[in-house]
Amino acid sequence: MPVMIDNAENTVTARITGEIDHHNAAELRGGIDLAIKLHQPEKIILDFGGVTFMDSSGIGLVMGRHKAAASYGGKLTVTNTSPDIKKVMRLAGLERLADIN
Amino acid sequence: MKILNEFKMSFKSDSRNESLARVAVTAFLSQLDPPVSELTEIKTAVSEAVTNSIVHGYRYEEGKVELSVRVSDNSIVYIKVKDSGCGISDIEKAMEPLYTSAPEEERAGLGFAVMESFMDKIKVTSRAGRGTTVTMQRKISC
Repeated sequence: MPVMIDNAENTVTARITGEIDHHNAAELRGGIDLAIKLHQPEKIILDFGGVTFMDSSGIGLVMGRHKAAASYGGKLTVTNTSPDIKKVMRLAGLERLADIN
Repeated sequence: MKILNEFKMSFKSDSRNESLARVAVTAFLSQLDPPVSELTEIKTAVSEAVTNSIVHGYRYEEGKVELSVRVSDNSIVYIKVKDSGCGISDIEKAMEPLYTSAPEEERAGLGFAVMESFMDKIKVTSRAGRGTTVTMQRKISC
């Protein structure tokens, strides 16, 4: 399973592991969106600590989850990004949509 | 300029092969012992080009993607990703940041922007109905 979901104190945390590319992005977003729909949390955390590679499919993943979170009034935070992943995210200006650290 | 080493591979337009292309390029270039950050950037650019072929080039049919990589004696990496898919009717439009013909798949429309940012040069040639070829080059520190 490339994503582990925790739900506590009105916060859904999705811990993503492995590589994010076009092939596996669909499975990732399915699991995260289900949790968002089910819990409608105030805060969604995408934890990239276990992500070893990401191309622009990861940008689509973050943008889509921002939209999904916002539809329930939630706020998105992206954590534990490596310098390489941060570089790809900055290209897309994702820091305008979510807190990235 | 002399080509020191090269490889060429061909694979089915199956999305599982996006990681195959990355692994092949990484293994090939690791022989030169480049900095990890440069290797990651090249790998990311290859992933974008191959994904474009699979998602857009072969949207309506299956086909083959060809990947070739050459390294010159002045440490320049030349990469070519070629498909025989539907082609791009308007290359300028396709290369605009945030433009995508597949928004339903959450494509960010940044594939070419990533390639341009991470590589020194990129050239795209395409003919509608005949396919697309992306050639990129990048000098590496080794």
